[in-house]
Amino acid sequence: MEKTTNQRAWFLVLPVLILVAFSSIIPMMTVVNYSFQDSFGGNEFFWVGLEWYRELLRSERLWDALGRQLMFSSIILLIEIPLGILVALAMPKKGWLASLCLVLIALPLLIPYNVVGMIWQVFARSDIGLLGRVVTDLGFSYNYTQDAVDAWVTVVAMDVWHWTSLVSLLCYAGVRSIPSAYYQAAEIDQASRWSVFRFIELPKMRGVLIIAVLLRFMDSFMIYTEPFVLTGGGPGNATTFLSIDLVKMALGQFDLGPAAAFSLMYFLVILLVSYVFYTVMIASDKAEAGQ
Amino acid sequence: MTKRPLPSLIMLAYLLFLLLPIYWLVIMSFKPNSEILGAFTLWPQDFTLGNYRTILTDPSWYMGFVNSFIYVAMNTVISLCVALPAAYAFSRYRFMGDNHLFFWLLTNRMAPPAVFALPFFQLYSSVNLFDTHIAVALAHCLFNVPLAVWILEGFMRGVPREIDETAFIDGYSFPRFFTRIFIPMIGPGIGVAAFFCFMFSWVELLLSRTLTSVDAKPITAIMTRTVSASGLDWGVLAAAGVLTIIPGAIVIYFVRGYIAKGFALGRV
Amino acid sequence: MDWMAWTLPTALFFASIATALAVMSVLAIKRPSTPRVGVLGIETARGDRLFLTLLGSAFINLAWIGLTDLPQTFALGICAVFAFATFRWV
Repeated sequence: MEKTTNQRAWFLVLPVLILVAFSSIIPMMTVVNYSFQDSFGGNEFFWVGLEWYRELLRSERLWDALGRQLMFSSIILLIEIPLGILVALAMPKKGWLASLCLVLIALPLLIPYNVVGMIWQVFARSDIGLLGRVVTDLGFSYNYTQDAVDAWVTVVAMDVWHWTSLVSLLCYAGVRSIPSAYYQAAEIDQASRWSVFRFIELPKMRGVLIIAVLLRFMDSFMIYTEPFVLTGGGPGNATTFLSIDLVKMALGQFDLGPAAAFSLMYFLVILLVSYVFYTVMIASDKAEAGQ
Repeated sequence: MTKRPLPSLIMLAYLLFLLLPIYWLVIMSFKPNSEILGAFTLWPQDFTLGNYRTILTDPSWYMGFVNSFIYVAMNTVISLCVALPAAYAFSRYRFMGDNHLFFWLLTNRMAPPAVFALPFFQLYSSVNLFDTHIAVALAHCLFNVPLAVWILEGFMRGVPREIDETAFIDGYSFPRFFTRIFIPMIGPGIGVAAFFCFMFSWVELLLSRTLTSVDAKPITAIMTRTVSASGLDWGVLAAAGVLTIIPGAIVIYFVRGYIAKGFALGRV
Repeated sequence: MDWMAWTLPTALFFASIATALAVMSVLAIKRPSTPRVGVLGIETARGDRLFLTLLGSAFINLAWIGLTDLPQTFALGICAVFAFATFRWV
């Protein structure tokens, strides 16, 4: 659809601008201001220049949290994307069964983040939780509050439980838009299940998969509540991801300066990834429109 | 196509994986604490509604739900009111900086709440809005307004321009056209946007916990504070958890066809 | 405004960004720029290039702080080169 040029459209956007400026630009400016200063009691400030940046960039704390964060995001993407596609292909295509499946698999997406954490906190406990109890009874030593590996497994399982459905729903929307003539043609050609997937379904899912990967990456990159409730970032610092570390610094210790410098660097990374996201999405929209 | 058993098996296994933890939460909410901690039972032996009674009669619990509902409703109304005209502008017109604005909105949706927790705390304290519902509602606009704009824009793109043009030729003024013709036409879109604003505000914890202490404390914050205290009352906690799932579970049926669209910011 | 802890350098920084945006807007009216495809293979207009310059400069400065003890002015020099390259080729 051709859009017309109309500069007065600015007036329609103005309310959003004012509101988002209030809740985004003013706080961001404050963060920049704080990041160059040391605070005393939260209301007296001294200029320290780039000191906080230098300290953070050379501390292990930041890099360790970033490393854990990247590892977490990669692991959950590697599990959730293939699993999500698999589930999407296995979903019934029509009838009441399809509606029922849709509603059921969407359920985890609507649960408050802290309740997700709590559900798994209970579910994985070896004394009162079903999962923990079964795993322990099978002879494994499993305790997510003591053992770093167990904590990681539990956090990853929780995220897979929470968000795989999102990937499935997106892929399902992509698969459903395939005309049935394609499948009939494939059947006449006696195409294998794999080549149907490879040459019919996967290309149709390309657009939604891009969105799924980027949404999952961004959302896992800012994950806070679920691991905070489940493990509190522990044992030790084993599951302290970027947001958990930042909140500890900002609200726990009220270190305004370092927390602000941390925030700003965190935000710059987000900005970069968002830009890539946006560019890829626009390009894919255009490619689809050109077809 | 011939019916093969494998897809059904995969689906069944996945649903089992999804529903088991929820099942565990639900049955826990019907057990007394002695049974939760003392005996390992797959089904409540000593069925009780006491946990729910505690929540519905104790103001420190049920006020959490009331507070959550208040700021979530405020947030949904504010987000939709400002997002509707903006989404219309983005879907219909080309104007200076439109792409950049659209991108900037996206970055706000993607920004980690952890980055904003501290400055929000300082901002709302300085304007004396700390611990009020409106503070949380405004804070959640950070990600909900961009979300609403993107979703609504996706729906509005599907409405042909000819409708606008015909209405303007018929002498409708812009506000009259917008409220009388256009808004009813994208009714489902508004419903979906409202649902997602409601949901993302409902599930969020970090900002709502940071910006409240007593008067506007949401149910999610009350739950985490109870977790950190010693002597956990697992039964009541589980009951509160079940109650927080219910609003979403009721509405989900009506928007089931649009869930993917909503999460994908209207891009599907 | 006290709580925002303004300082002269940060105020100047934001003022210069605001000025850059204003100049861009005026330029967009006076001489609209046509988007082109540069070395990155993406279509960019003048505003996109400004954004990439600013974002890239931020990362250059951070890398300089993290990796060297030399004065920050050198990093600003690199940024100037980067800005030129971005506006010329991207």
